[in-house]
Amino acid sequence: MKLEILLFGIAREIVGSSKLQLEQEEPVDVKSFKQVLQRRYPKMNHLSYYKVAINQEFAEDDQLIKEGDEIALIPPVSGGAF
Amino acid sequence: MSLIKITDATLNANEIIAQVLRDDLGGIDIFIGTVRNQTKGKKVVRLEYEAYRPMALSEMNKIANQVREKWPQSSIAIHHRIGILNTGEAVVVIAVATPHRQQAFEACKYAIDTLKETVPIWKKEVFDDGEVWVAAHP
Repeated sequence: MKLEILLFGIAREIVGSSKLQLEQEEPVDVKSFKQVLQRRYPKMNHLSYYKVAINQEFAEDDQLIKEGDEIALIPPVSGGAF
Repeated sequence: MSLIKITDATLNANEIIAQVLRDDLGGIDIFIGTVRNQTKGKKVVRLEYEAYRPMALSEMNKIANQVREKWPQSSIAIHHRIGILNTGEAVVVIAVATPHRQQAFEACKYAIDTLKETVPIWKKEVFDDGEVWVAAHP
């Protein structure tokens, strides 16, 4: 299946684009999706952490990703100021 | 104007306070987060904020709903600015009105603490000699 991934902040800078298309065999859960991503973009390993959002909700490691899902990488958030 | 908002425009605290005013509420607590002029002794030139806008709005709405649940009768507004900000400018304004003052303090603190944990908004600090995504690296 073809996945389209939205990228923000430092993840966008690591990948070099605000959107990434990835061909991925089904089924895939969040944990193995992150492993694929980290092999391709080793700098993701250097982040404090990052989460995956599916359809605008934070996803658990064992959650399955389906074709057509809105996937986003959520590096450490830093809203507000101070 | 919406109670929960992400905007590129200057935040107006008075307008946001007006959104939560109600005759049955006796206390309003306001939190205003502003751009600091330095981090660890280094001069900050500007900050750049970006949001995953639909999810950020959804997470901000969750916080507002949690506040209304935990502090019944409370009234809350959360506005977050994004884009390029200069030192001294307001980044976030949270206003919470409750029947009595103690709840207003508690609810406002809960809202800003939770926002910093859950809302997908990112900040880049720009210095004279470089830039850094805040909290990205250990």
